[in-house]
Amino acid sequence: MARPPDPEALARAIAATCGDGSVVDLRRLSGGASRETWSFDLADANGGRRGFVLRRDPGEYGGESDRSTEYLVCEAAAAAGVAVPTVRVLLRAEDDLGRGFVMDRVEGETIPRRILRDDEYAAARPRLAAQCGEIAARIHAIDPATLPRLPEQSAPTQLDQYRSLLDTFGEPHPAFELGLRWLAERVPSPPSRPELVHGDFRNGNFIVGPEGIRAVLDWELAHLGDPVEDLGWLCVKSWRFGVADKLVGGFGTVPDLVAAYERAGGRKVDENTLRFWVALGTLKWGVICVGQAFTHLNGFVRSVELATLGRRVAETEWDLLEILDGGW
Amino acid sequence: MAQDRPTAAELVEAVREFLEHDVMATSTDKRVQFHARVAANALGMVERELTNGRELVAAERVRAAALLGHDDEVGLLERELAARIRGGSLDDRLDAVRDHVRATVREKLLVANPGYLPEAPSA
Repeated sequence: MARPPDPEALARAIAATCGDGSVVDLRRLSGGASRETWSFDLADANGGRRGFVLRRDPGEYGGESDRSTEYLVCEAAAAAGVAVPTVRVLLRAEDDLGRGFVMDRVEGETIPRRILRDDEYAAARPRLAAQCGEIAARIHAIDPATLPRLPEQSAPTQLDQYRSLLDTFGEPHPAFELGLRWLAERVPSPPSRPELVHGDFRNGNFIVGPEGIRAVLDWELAHLGDPVEDLGWLCVKSWRFGVADKLVGGFGTVPDLVAAYERAGGRKVDENTLRFWVALGTLKWGVICVGQAFTHLNGFVRSVELATLGRRVAETEWDLLEILDGGW
Repeated sequence: MAQDRPTAAELVEAVREFLEHDVMATSTDKRVQFHARVAANALGMVERELTNGRELVAAERVRAAALLGHDDEVGLLERELAARIRGGSLDDRLDAVRDHVRATVREKLLVANPGYLPEAPSA
Protein backbone atom coordinates (compact mmCIF):
# COMPACT_ATOMS: atom_id res chain seq x y z
CA MET A 1 0.00 0.00 0.00
CA ALA A 2 2.50 2.62 1.17
CA ARG A 3 5.58 3.26 -0.94
CA PRO A 4 8.74 2.95 1.19
CA PRO A 5 10.85 6.09 1.52
CA ASP A 6 14.02 6.14 -0.57
CA PRO A 7 16.83 4.97 1.78
CA GLU A 8 19.42 7.21 0.12
CA ALA A 9 17.25 10.30 0.34
CA LEU A 10 16.59 9.45 3.99
CA ALA A 11 20.32 9.07 4.75
CA ARG A 12 20.97 12.46 3.08
CA ALA A 13 18.15 14.16 4.99
CA ILE A 14 19.47 13.16 8.42
CA ALA A 15 23.23 13.26 7.73
CA ALA A 16 23.76 16.79 9.07
CA THR A 17 22.07 15.98 12.39
CA CYS A 18 22.65 12.26 12.91
CA GLY A 19 25.90 11.71 10.99
CA ASP A 20 26.83 9.98 7.77
CA GLY A 21 25.84 6.43 7.17
CA SER A 22 23.56 4.21 5.19
CA VAL A 23 19.94 3.44 5.94
CA VAL A 24 19.38 -0.27 6.51
CA ASP A 25 16.62 -2.55 7.82
CA LEU A 26 13.93 -0.16 6.64
CA ARG A 27 10.53 -1.60 7.53
CA ARG A 28 7.00 -0.37 8.07
CA LEU A 29 5.77 -0.51 11.64
CA SER A 30 2.23 -1.71 12.22
CA GLY A 31 -0.64 0.61 12.99
CA GLY A 32 -1.58 4.07 11.86
CA ALA A 33 -3.86 4.32 8.85
CA SER A 34 -3.55 8.10 9.00
CA ARG A 35 0.21 8.17 9.55
CA GLU A 36 3.06 6.11 8.20
CA THR A 37 5.78 5.02 10.58
CA TRP A 38 8.98 3.41 9.32
CA SER A 39 11.74 1.94 11.42
CA PHE A 40 15.32 1.92 10.18
CA ASP A 41 18.93 1.75 11.32
CA LEU A 42 21.64 4.17 10.37
CA ALA A 43 24.84 2.15 9.85
CA ASP A 44 28.04 4.19 9.91
CA ALA A 45 31.46 3.36 8.43
CA ASN A 46 32.79 2.14 11.81
CA GLY A 47 30.17 -0.54 12.12
CA GLY A 48 28.01 1.48 14.51
CA ARG A 49 24.24 1.32 14.24
CA ARG A 50 21.54 3.57 15.65
CA GLY A 51 17.81 3.00 15.46
CA PHE A 52 15.43 5.67 14.16
CA VAL A 53 11.78 6.05 13.26
CA LEU A 54 10.40 8.09 10.40
CA ARG A 55 6.88 9.35 10.97
CA ARG A 56 5.23 10.94 7.98
CA ASP A 57 1.93 11.73 6.30
CA PRO A 58 0.92 9.14 3.73
CA GLY A 59 1.33 10.54 0.23
CA GLU A 60 -2.20 9.76 -0.84
CA TYR A 61 -3.71 12.12 1.76
CA GLY A 62 -1.48 15.20 1.91
CA GLY A 63 -2.83 18.58 2.72
CA GLU A 64 -4.30 19.49 6.03
CA SER A 65 -1.99 18.03 8.63
CA ASP A 66 1.17 19.66 9.84
CA ARG A 67 3.95 17.43 11.14
CA SER A 68 5.99 20.42 12.25
CA THR A 69 3.54 21.12 15.07
CA GLU A 70 3.90 17.58 16.38
CA TYR A 71 7.68 17.88 16.10
CA LEU A 72 7.72 21.09 18.15
CA VAL A 73 5.35 19.69 20.79
CA CYS A 74 7.65 16.68 21.21
CA GLU A 75 10.62 19.03 21.62
CA ALA A 76 8.81 21.04 24.29
CA ALA A 77 7.70 17.86 26.06
CA ALA A 78 11.27 16.51 26.11
CA ALA A 79 12.53 19.83 27.47
CA ALA A 80 9.96 19.56 30.27
CA GLY A 81 11.22 16.11 31.23
CA VAL A 82 8.42 14.08 29.67
CA ALA A 83 9.57 10.70 28.35
CA VAL A 84 9.27 11.04 24.56
CA PRO A 85 11.43 9.72 21.75
CA THR A 86 13.98 12.44 20.96
CA VAL A 87 12.98 14.11 17.70
CA ARG A 88 15.95 14.69 15.40
CA VAL A 89 15.05 16.02 11.97
CA LEU A 90 11.99 17.76 10.57
CA LEU A 91 11.81 16.89 6.88
CA ARG A 92 12.02 19.77 4.41
CA ALA A 93 10.41 19.91 0.98
CA GLU A 94 13.80 19.50 -0.70
CA ASP A 95 14.35 16.18 1.10
CA ASP A 96 11.65 14.79 -1.20
CA LEU A 97 10.43 12.36 1.47
CA GLY A 98 7.04 13.86 2.16
CA ARG A 99 5.94 15.64 5.30
CA GLY A 100 7.26 14.16 8.49
CA PHE A 101 10.10 13.88 10.94
CA VAL A 102 12.73 11.48 12.19
CA MET A 103 13.08 10.53 15.84
CA ASP A 104 15.10 8.08 17.90
CA ARG A 105 13.70 4.57 18.06
CA VAL A 106 12.90 3.64 21.64
CA GLU A 107 12.95 -0.13 22.11
CA GLY A 108 10.04 -1.72 23.92
CA GLU A 109 6.49 -2.93 23.51
CA THR A 110 3.49 -0.85 22.36
CA ILE A 111 0.97 -3.62 21.67
CA PRO A 112 -1.59 -3.38 24.48
CA ARG A 113 -2.51 -7.07 24.61
CA ARG A 114 1.14 -8.00 25.13
CA ILE A 115 1.66 -5.29 27.73
CA LEU A 116 -1.41 -6.57 29.60
CA ARG A 117 -0.67 -10.28 29.32
CA ASP A 118 3.00 -11.12 28.71
CA ASP A 119 5.09 -12.26 31.69
CA GLU A 120 7.83 -9.85 30.68
CA TYR A 121 5.69 -6.91 31.83
CA ALA A 122 4.20 -8.54 34.93
CA ALA A 123 6.36 -6.48 37.27
CA ALA A 124 5.70 -3.26 35.35
CA ARG A 125 1.92 -3.58 35.19
CA PRO A 126 1.09 -2.62 38.80
CA ARG A 127 3.24 0.50 38.39
CA LEU A 128 1.86 1.75 35.09
CA ALA A 129 -1.17 3.65 36.43
CA ALA A 130 0.96 5.71 38.81
CA GLN A 131 3.52 6.30 36.07
CA CYS A 132 0.74 7.54 33.80
CA GLY A 133 -0.33 9.93 36.54
CA GLU A 134 3.18 11.31 36.94
CA ILE A 135 3.73 11.67 33.20
CA ALA A 136 0.35 13.34 32.70
CA ALA A 137 1.10 15.84 35.47
CA ARG A 138 4.36 16.71 33.76
CA ILE A 139 2.66 17.13 30.38
CA HIS A 140 -0.04 19.37 31.84
CA ALA A 141 2.54 21.53 33.61
CA ILE A 142 4.25 22.48 30.33
CA ASP A 143 4.15 26.23 29.86
CA PRO A 144 1.94 26.88 26.80
CA ALA A 145 4.35 29.71 25.88
CA THR A 146 6.94 27.05 24.95
CA LEU A 147 4.54 25.37 22.52
CA PRO A 148 3.65 25.99 18.89
CA ARG A 149 0.20 27.39 18.24
CA LEU A 150 -2.32 24.70 19.19
CA PRO A 151 -6.09 24.65 18.88
CA GLU A 152 -8.09 25.10 22.05
CA GLN A 153 -10.64 22.30 22.41
CA SER A 154 -12.92 22.81 25.38
CA ALA A 155 -15.54 20.30 26.50
CA PRO A 156 -18.45 22.17 24.85
CA THR A 157 -16.44 22.54 21.61
CA GLN A 158 -15.80 18.80 21.50
CA LEU A 159 -19.43 17.97 22.25
CA ASP A 160 -20.54 20.14 19.32
CA GLN A 161 -17.81 18.73 17.11
CA TYR A 162 -18.74 15.09 17.70
CA ARG A 163 -22.48 15.76 17.50
CA SER A 164 -21.91 17.35 14.07
CA LEU A 165 -19.58 14.56 13.00
CA LEU A 166 -22.18 11.95 13.98
CA ASP A 167 -24.76 13.80 11.86
CA THR A 168 -22.59 13.60 8.75
CA PHE A 169 -23.03 9.80 8.66
CA GLY A 170 -26.82 9.97 8.66
CA GLU A 171 -27.29 6.88 10.84
CA PRO A 172 -29.46 7.06 13.96
CA HIS A 173 -27.68 6.21 17.23
CA PRO A 174 -30.16 6.69 20.07
CA ALA A 175 -27.54 5.55 22.61
CA PHE A 176 -25.22 8.34 21.52
CA GLU A 177 -28.13 10.80 21.67
CA LEU A 178 -28.72 9.80 25.30
CA GLY A 179 -25.01 10.25 25.91
CA LEU A 180 -24.95 13.68 24.28
CA ARG A 181 -27.88 14.83 26.41
CA TRP A 182 -26.25 13.48 29.58
CA LEU A 183 -22.94 15.12 28.74
CA ALA A 184 -24.48 18.49 27.83
CA GLU A 185 -26.05 18.62 31.30
CA ARG A 186 -22.73 17.90 33.01
CA VAL A 187 -20.15 20.04 31.24
CA PRO A 188 -17.49 20.68 33.89
CA SER A 189 -16.36 24.21 34.62
CA PRO A 190 -13.29 24.91 32.49
CA PRO A 191 -9.82 25.05 34.07
CA SER A 192 -8.64 28.52 35.12
CA ARG A 193 -6.33 28.46 32.11
CA PRO A 194 -6.26 25.85 29.35
CA GLU A 195 -3.39 23.39 29.63
CA LEU A 196 -1.55 21.20 27.14
CA VAL A 197 -3.56 18.04 26.56
CA HIS A 198 -1.81 15.13 24.83
CA GLY A 199 -5.07 14.12 23.18
CA ASP A 200 -4.41 10.39 22.71
CA PHE A 201 -2.96 9.42 26.09
CA ARG A 202 -3.79 5.71 26.33
CA ASN A 203 -2.55 2.16 26.36
CA GLY A 204 -1.26 1.63 22.82
CA ASN A 205 0.63 4.91 22.72
CA PHE A 206 3.12 3.99 25.43
CA ILE A 207 6.41 2.22 24.80
CA VAL A 208 6.74 -0.14 27.73
CA GLY A 209 9.71 -2.13 28.99
CA PRO A 210 9.93 -4.58 31.89
CA GLU A 211 10.54 -1.61 34.20
CA GLY A 212 7.62 0.52 32.98
CA ILE A 213 6.81 3.31 30.54
CA ARG A 214 9.77 4.42 28.45
CA ALA A 215 8.13 6.92 26.14
CA VAL A 216 4.81 8.49 25.18
CA LEU A 217 4.01 8.45 21.45
CA ASP A 218 1.57 10.01 19.01
CA TRP A 219 1.35 13.70 19.85
CA GLU A 220 -0.56 14.62 16.72
CA LEU A 221 -3.80 15.34 18.60
CA ALA A 222 -2.16 17.65 21.15
CA HIS A 223 -4.29 20.70 21.97
CA LEU A 224 -5.08 23.11 24.77
CA GLY A 225 -7.96 22.32 27.06
CA ASP A 226 -9.02 20.58 30.24
CA PRO A 227 -6.19 18.30 31.43
CA VAL A 228 -8.66 15.83 32.95
CA GLU A 229 -9.46 14.91 29.34
CA ASP A 230 -6.19 12.92 29.17
CA LEU A 231 -6.98 11.02 32.38
CA GLY A 232 -10.52 10.27 31.20
CA TRP A 233 -9.38 9.03 27.78
CA LEU A 234 -6.88 6.71 29.49
CA CYS A 235 -9.81 5.10 31.36
CA VAL A 236 -12.09 4.54 28.35
CA LYS A 237 -13.07 0.89 28.34
CA SER A 238 -11.94 0.28 24.75
CA TRP A 239 -8.36 1.01 25.89
CA ARG A 240 -8.52 -1.69 28.56
CA PHE A 241 -8.27 -4.32 25.82
CA GLY A 242 -10.36 -6.92 27.56
CA VAL A 243 -9.13 -6.34 31.12
CA ALA A 244 -12.27 -4.41 32.02
CA ASP A 245 -11.90 -4.46 35.80
CA LYS A 246 -8.62 -2.52 35.65
CA LEU A 247 -10.12 0.84 34.79
CA VAL A 248 -6.87 2.54 33.86
CA GLY A 249 -5.67 1.12 30.55
CA GLY A 250 -6.43 -2.44 31.65
CA PHE A 251 -3.48 -2.27 34.06
CA GLY A 252 -4.39 -0.10 37.05
CA THR A 253 -6.84 1.67 39.30
CA VAL A 254 -8.25 5.19 39.28
CA PRO A 255 -7.08 5.91 42.87
CA ASP A 256 -3.50 4.96 41.87
CA LEU A 257 -3.66 7.18 38.80
CA VAL A 258 -5.21 10.17 40.55
CA ALA A 259 -3.01 9.98 43.65
CA ALA A 260 0.17 9.91 41.56
CA TYR A 261 -1.14 12.70 39.34
CA GLU A 262 -1.91 14.99 42.27
CA ARG A 263 1.33 14.11 44.06
CA ALA A 264 3.29 15.03 40.93
CA GLY A 265 1.71 18.47 40.84
CA GLY A 266 -1.44 17.89 38.79
CA ARG A 267 -4.56 19.83 39.75
CA LYS A 268 -6.96 18.08 42.10
CA VAL A 269 -9.13 15.72 40.05
CA ASP A 270 -12.86 15.99 40.61
CA GLU A 271 -14.53 12.59 40.20
CA ASN A 272 -17.50 13.99 38.29
CA THR A 273 -15.17 15.76 35.87
CA LEU A 274 -13.25 12.53 35.34
CA ARG A 275 -16.51 10.65 34.76
CA PHE A 276 -17.57 13.31 32.24
CA TRP A 277 -14.37 12.87 30.25
CA VAL A 278 -14.55 9.06 30.35
CA ALA A 279 -18.08 9.31 28.97
CA LEU A 280 -17.12 11.86 26.32
CA GLY A 281 -14.08 9.75 25.38
CA THR A 282 -16.30 6.69 24.99
CA LEU A 283 -18.70 8.64 22.78
CA LYS A 284 -15.84 10.08 20.72
CA TRP A 285 -14.33 6.65 20.10
CA GLY A 286 -17.77 5.33 19.15
CA VAL A 287 -18.32 8.12 16.63
CA ILE A 288 -14.80 7.61 15.26
CA CYS A 289 -15.62 3.91 14.74
CA VAL A 290 -18.73 4.90 12.78
CA GLY A 291 -16.47 7.14 10.71
CA GLN A 292 -13.97 4.35 10.11
CA ALA A 293 -16.73 2.12 8.75
CA PHE A 294 -17.83 4.91 6.43
CA THR A 295 -14.25 5.43 5.28
CA HIS A 296 -14.65 1.92 3.90
CA LEU A 297 -18.29 2.26 2.81
CA ASN A 298 -17.65 5.51 0.93
CA GLY A 299 -14.73 3.86 -0.84
CA PHE A 300 -11.91 6.11 0.46
CA VAL A 301 -10.09 3.09 1.87
CA ARG A 302 -11.55 -0.36 1.26
CA SER A 303 -10.69 -2.59 4.22
CA VAL A 304 -12.37 -5.45 6.03
CA GLU A 305 -10.87 -4.11 9.26
CA LEU A 306 -12.45 -0.66 8.84
CA ALA A 307 -15.73 -2.24 7.74
CA THR A 308 -16.09 -4.37 10.86
CA LEU A 309 -15.42 -1.39 13.14
CA GLY A 310 -18.95 -0.31 12.21
CA ARG A 311 -20.26 -3.31 14.10
CA ARG A 312 -18.07 -2.60 17.11
CA VAL A 313 -19.84 0.72 17.65
CA ALA A 314 -22.41 -1.19 19.72
CA GLU A 315 -19.64 -1.96 22.25
CA THR A 316 -19.02 1.74 22.82
CA GLU A 317 -22.78 2.36 23.05
CA TRP A 318 -23.00 -0.33 25.71
CA ASP A 319 -20.07 1.21 27.61
CA LEU A 320 -21.61 4.67 27.40
CA LEU A 321 -24.95 3.46 28.78
CA GLU A 322 -23.09 1.80 31.66
CA ILE A 323 -21.47 5.12 32.54
CA LEU A 324 -24.86 6.89 32.34
CA ASP A 325 -26.12 4.33 34.86
CA GLY A 326 -23.29 5.13 37.25
CA GLY A 327 -20.76 2.49 36.18
CA TRP A 328 -17.32 3.03 34.66
CA MET B 1 -37.90 -20.82 -5.17
CA ALA B 2 -36.14 -22.20 -2.15
CA GLN B 3 -32.43 -22.67 -2.63
CA ASP B 4 -30.73 -25.99 -2.08
CA ARG B 5 -28.59 -26.61 0.97
CA PRO B 6 -26.30 -25.23 2.12
CA THR B 7 -28.34 -22.32 3.45
CA ALA B 8 -26.86 -18.82 3.35
CA ALA B 9 -25.76 -19.22 6.98
CA GLU B 10 -24.15 -22.57 6.21
CA LEU B 11 -22.27 -21.13 3.23
CA VAL B 12 -20.96 -18.27 5.35
CA GLU B 13 -19.96 -20.76 8.02
CA ALA B 14 -18.00 -22.77 5.44
CA VAL B 15 -16.10 -19.68 4.31
CA ARG B 16 -15.40 -18.67 7.91
CA GLU B 17 -13.99 -22.12 8.63
CA PHE B 18 -11.80 -21.88 5.54
CA LEU B 19 -10.40 -18.58 6.82
CA GLU B 20 -9.87 -19.93 10.32
CA HIS B 21 -8.45 -23.33 9.45
CA ASP B 22 -6.63 -22.74 6.17
CA VAL B 23 -5.75 -19.08 5.69
CA MET B 24 -4.92 -18.21 9.29
CA ALA B 25 -3.08 -21.46 9.92
CA THR B 26 -0.93 -21.42 6.82
CA SER B 27 -0.28 -17.76 6.00
CA THR B 28 3.11 -16.49 7.11
CA ASP B 29 2.17 -12.87 6.41
CA LYS B 30 1.12 -11.26 9.71
CA ARG B 31 -1.12 -8.72 7.97
CA VAL B 32 -2.94 -11.47 6.09
CA GLN B 33 -3.31 -13.50 9.29
CA PHE B 34 -4.73 -10.49 11.11
CA HIS B 35 -7.15 -9.59 8.33
CA ALA B 36 -8.20 -13.23 7.98
CA ARG B 37 -9.09 -13.21 11.67
CA VAL B 38 -11.03 -9.97 11.26
CA ALA B 39 -12.80 -11.39 8.21
CA ALA B 40 -13.67 -14.62 10.06
CA ASN B 41 -15.13 -12.52 12.88
CA ALA B 42 -17.17 -10.56 10.34
CA LEU B 43 -18.57 -13.79 8.92
CA GLY B 44 -19.45 -14.89 12.45
CA MET B 45 -21.57 -11.75 12.69
CA VAL B 46 -23.27 -12.57 9.40
CA GLU B 47 -24.04 -16.11 10.62
CA ARG B 48 -25.61 -14.81 13.82
CA GLU B 49 -27.56 -12.15 11.93
CA LEU B 50 -28.90 -14.71 9.44
CA THR B 51 -29.93 -16.96 12.32
CA ASN B 52 -31.35 -14.45 14.82
CA GLY B 53 -31.59 -11.11 13.04
CA ARG B 54 -35.24 -11.23 12.04
CA GLU B 55 -36.38 -12.08 15.54
CA LEU B 56 -34.22 -9.36 17.12
CA VAL B 57 -35.49 -6.68 14.75
CA ALA B 58 -39.10 -7.71 15.41
CA ALA B 59 -38.61 -7.30 19.16
CA GLU B 60 -36.95 -3.92 18.66
CA ARG B 61 -39.79 -2.72 16.47
CA VAL B 62 -42.50 -3.69 18.96
CA ARG B 63 -40.70 -1.81 21.75
CA ALA B 64 -39.95 1.28 19.65
CA ALA B 65 -43.51 1.47 18.37
CA ALA B 66 -44.89 1.30 21.91
CA LEU B 67 -42.50 4.03 23.02
CA LEU B 68 -43.29 6.37 20.12
CA GLY B 69 -47.01 5.60 19.92
CA HIS B 70 -47.06 4.42 16.30
CA ASP B 71 -45.66 1.66 14.13
CA ASP B 72 -43.33 1.97 11.16
CA GLU B 73 -40.30 0.34 9.56
CA VAL B 74 -37.75 -0.18 12.34
CA GLY B 75 -35.05 2.05 10.82
CA LEU B 76 -37.50 4.95 10.65
CA LEU B 77 -38.61 4.37 14.24
CA GLU B 78 -35.00 4.48 15.42
CA ARG B 79 -34.40 7.63 13.41
CA GLU B 80 -37.41 9.29 15.00
CA LEU B 81 -36.29 8.10 18.42
CA ALA B 82 -32.81 9.59 17.96
CA ALA B 83 -34.24 12.92 16.80
CA ARG B 84 -36.74 13.08 19.66
CA ILE B 85 -34.13 12.28 22.30
CA ARG B 86 -32.07 15.15 20.95
CA GLY B 87 -35.07 17.47 20.71
CA GLY B 88 -36.14 16.71 24.27
CA SER B 89 -39.70 15.60 23.48
CA LEU B 90 -39.16 12.26 25.26
CA ASP B 91 -37.84 13.79 28.45
CA ASP B 92 -41.02 12.78 30.29
CA ARG B 93 -40.19 9.10 29.79
CA LEU B 94 -36.41 8.94 29.71
CA ASP B 95 -36.28 5.82 31.88
CA ALA B 96 -38.41 3.92 29.37
CA VAL B 97 -36.29 5.32 26.53
CA ARG B 98 -33.11 4.18 28.22
CA ASP B 99 -34.54 0.69 28.83
CA HIS B 100 -35.41 0.39 25.16
CA VAL B 101 -32.06 1.72 23.95
CA ARG B 102 -30.18 -0.60 26.26
CA ALA B 103 -32.20 -3.57 24.98
CA THR B 104 -31.47 -2.55 21.39
CA VAL B 105 -27.74 -2.21 22.00
CA ARG B 106 -27.82 -5.63 23.66
CA GLU B 107 -29.50 -7.06 20.55
CA LYS B 108 -26.84 -5.51 18.34
CA LEU B 109 -24.16 -7.10 20.50
CA LEU B 110 -25.88 -10.50 20.34
CA VAL B 111 -25.06 -10.35 16.63
CA ALA B 112 -21.82 -8.33 16.59
CA ASN B 113 -20.01 -9.68 19.65
CA PRO B 114 -22.01 -11.76 22.14
CA GLY B 115 -18.91 -12.24 24.28
CA TYR B 116 -19.00 -8.54 25.13
CA LEU B 117 -22.20 -8.88 27.14
CA PRO B 118 -21.85 -9.53 30.86
CA GLU B 119 -24.09 -12.60 30.61
CA ALA B 120 -21.73 -13.77 27.79
CA PRO B 121 -23.91 -16.38 26.09
CA SER B 122 -21.79 -18.99 24.37
CA ALA B 123 -21.57 -17.97 20.73
